[in-house]
Amino acid sequence: MEIVLAVLVGLLFAAALYLMLRRSIVKLIIGLGFLGHAANLLIFTAGGLNRSAPLVSLQTNAVPEGSADPVPQALILTAIVIGFAVSAFAIVLVKRTAAVAGTDDVDALRTSELPEGGSAEGEKL
Amino acid sequence: MSGTAHGWLVLPLLLPLLGAPVLLPWAPGVQRTVSAVLAALTVLASAVLLSLVRGGEVIAVGVGSWPAPFGVVLAADTLSGLLLLVTSSLTLLSLLYSRHGVPGEQQERWYFPLVLLLEAGVHGALLTGDVFNLYVWFEVLLMASFVLLTLGGERSQLEGGLKYVTLNLLASAFFLAGVGTLYGYAGSLNLADLHLLAQFRSDELPWLIALALLFFAFGAKAAVFPLFGWLPASYHTPPAALTALFSALLTKVGVYAMIRVGTLLLPDPPQWLQSALLAIAALTMITGVLGAVAQVEMKRLLSFHIVSQIGYLVMGFALGNAAGLAGAIFFFVHVIVAKAALFFVAGVVEHRFGTAQLAMVGGHYARDPGLAAACFVAAMALAGLPPFSGFVAKLQLVHAGLEAEAYVTVAAAIGVSLLTLYSMTKIWAEAFWKDAPNPPVRHGWADKAPLAMRLPSYLLAGVSLLLGLMAAPLLDLAHASANQLLEPEAYVTAVFGR
Repeated sequence: MEIVLAVLVGLLFAAALYLMLRRSIVKLIIGLGFLGHAANLLIFTAGGLNRSAPLVSLQTNAVPEGSADPVPQALILTAIVIGFAVSAFAIVLVKRTAAVAGTDDVDALRTSELPEGGSAEGEKL
Repeated sequence: MSGTAHGWLVLPLLLPLLGAPVLLPWAPGVQRTVSAVLAALTVLASAVLLSLVRGGEVIAVGVGSWPAPFGVVLAADTLSGLLLLVTSSLTLLSLLYSRHGVPGEQQERWYFPLVLLLEAGVHGALLTGDVFNLYVWFEVLLMASFVLLTLGGERSQLEGGLKYVTLNLLASAFFLAGVGTLYGYAGSLNLADLHLLAQFRSDELPWLIALALLFFAFGAKAAVFPLFGWLPASYHTPPAALTALFSALLTKVGVYAMIRVGTLLLPDPPQWLQSALLAIAALTMITGVLGAVAQVEMKRLLSFHIVSQIGYLVMGFALGNAAGLAGAIFFFVHVIVAKAALFFVAGVVEHRFGTAQLAMVGGHYARDPGLAAACFVAAMALAGLPPFSGFVAKLQLVHAGLEAEAYVTVAAAIGVSLLTLYSMTKIWAEAFWKDAPNPPVRHGWADKAPLAMRLPSYLLAGVSLLLGLMAAPLLDLAHASANQLLEPEAYVTAVFGR
């Protein structure tokens, strides 16, 4: 099972980077989403994949052999919440940028880097 | 450790963190005043904290009373204390400057609470002793900076913001992957605990892979070569008050994370890694300054210089000896002060002329000789001329570089200083010395900027001069801090509460 998830994590990272390198601003957002999922799945896999509950038994005063580590799952919960907030912001930013710039082509969004028409001349909303 | 010390440890974090949401519903005028008061209190708390950790003590507290290594630990050593004081002071100055330096409609969009949130994120990152918690604080400060950067809603801000967001989120994903790998392999997230494990694991491959992921993330956030593309694309777009704050806080936290994680998790770095880091440091300096030389707008020019200066900080860390780290720590204080002073000056110039294009401004010396002097001090400090702070910082770094026999990087550091001097004289000569543009200023806000916009530059230039003339106290502190970082026994003992 680990090997399947490991391959999946690799595929997600590859797909994310591929999408982020495309010129469409929408694919950029989807790529960022994949990236977050890839990192979360990686942590999940690192914690071990086992369905037995990591409850401390009274007899041995230890968790059963081979049970999954609960800490990574707690980490993922935090990371998912952060990722949700960040994605929400990124989607609004992309929508605003596309509306103000009038294009969804990332290569055309170079106002801030070109010598003229910089900050002082930027279009107001 | 007494309970009072623990109180001083959490105050620099709690004041801005709680202040931000509490301020949200109030009117901008109230937010402005209260945020400045909170920022001033934070400076005070940071100063007390620094006085407590100055002698080499480490204060640590387990959040929620969970003992290390199970709970999240906050810990302050000399480096944390020093950087807390510097960052909180800069936040205060930036807030004072913002009153006139940020357009009114942006102030109404929760500008002041967001600045406090940014400060909270930075202070959290400076204080935490847990690698996942470090990730969380990075996200807090990034989120605040995302919103602040794009608050104006101008096209260039949105486009610059998009690049900033994309590259920083990419770095965050690598950060998270690094944390996951590290935990999966070592089974701990506590930095002190990981330091104990590092003694016999740090040369194993999974450990190095996890650290490579973390360092990629820190490098992208610190804007080192070749990951700095987002910085010159975005930093010049918001008002100067924000750019000064960003330059003082954001990239510097990236380098701080490198130093903290590097010294604890890789106590004995392999030779090839040091050589690679030194090469990256030299390339960061050189590409940054070459980018700056080509610029004709003040804020863009200074933004490229941020990249160049990051190279010096990374150099101090990469040298791996105590002298190099001490140089980097001194350089932290110097560059935050000098760079912010220059951005504040750029804001005043922009305030008067409506633009910071060097061809369209001029003659500001006659209008405001005091500011011209402040700009001159900060510019010469950045170039590294005596008797200003930059000279001491660079001298220390060059000394350390020669000691470590890193001749190429030392040569790069000195050559880049010359080019820095060139572009600094360009700024000063164009904005202050040459005749005022003809036809004159296109929009006349004010002949002279309000005192709140000039005072921060005066203060910072004064600090830069003082650090150059009386470098010994800070240099001693930097040396003590560097030794503490290289022999973290006190840190580990404090975290485990023994």
